[in-house]
Amino acid sequence: MGTFHQDKGELHGITVVVDTVGAEIYVGRCDELNEERIVLHDVDVHRQGDNGRSKEEYVERAARFGIWKQFEQLAIPAEAIASVRRLGDL
Amino acid sequence: MPYSPLIVNPMKEELTSVGFQELLTSEDVDAFMADKETTAMLVINSVCGCAAGQLRPGVRLALQNEIQPDRLVTVFAGQETEATKQARTYFADIPPSSPSIALFKDGELVYFIPRHRIESRSVEEVATDLTAAFDRYFAATPAS
Repeated sequence: MGTFHQDKGELHGITVVVDTVGAEIYVGRCDELNEERIVLHDVDVHRQGDNGRSKEEYVERAARFGIWKQFEQLAIPAEAIASVRRLGDL
Repeated sequence: MPYSPLIVNPMKEELTSVGFQELLTSEDVDAFMADKETTAMLVINSVCGCAAGQLRPGVRLALQNEIQPDRLVTVFAGQETEATKQARTYFADIPPSSPSIALFKDGELVYFIPRHRIESRSVEEVATDLTAAFDRYFAATPAS
């Protein structure tokens, strides 16, 4: 038993890794993914090289321990998105 | 704002009906953590349908394992906010996550399953992860 919102896509409520075509990579709980954008809740962002960590190193750590959220909500435009993956699959 | 008991109570009862004690206040949490000579499972319950829907039945299934924690306790994130916040102070280096599961042995955190390790898994997979952790961390150490 739980709460669901069936109209927001299969990733709604799932913690995802959103890699971008730029330096940023995001981890957050997907609210909505559509042709225009992805909306994330409880989001952390890492930039390539921040704290001496590559994007891959950041994601590896996030997959083990989770993330400390920096933002309540962020929207990332579709043209900036390189990939969307489930954090739990990594 | 806390959820309606009409929503939350059935989710709590999924755990309390199999022996979990609710920790409703900070004092409850501190009293629980003061016992450092047992094994324990703390479940941070939540209304999240994407993960808690697998967590609760997964936990119930795992409790059919031969080796189990001595104590079973739970807090409800978003409902008993003070107790949840206090519980998280005992593993403060791990980012807040709900639902989630923490296993303790002799007062030390030995295993943690964050939300993102539950939401993509089946009930059986959650139970398998938990029973493997029970066997690994809670099996009696043979006397030497």
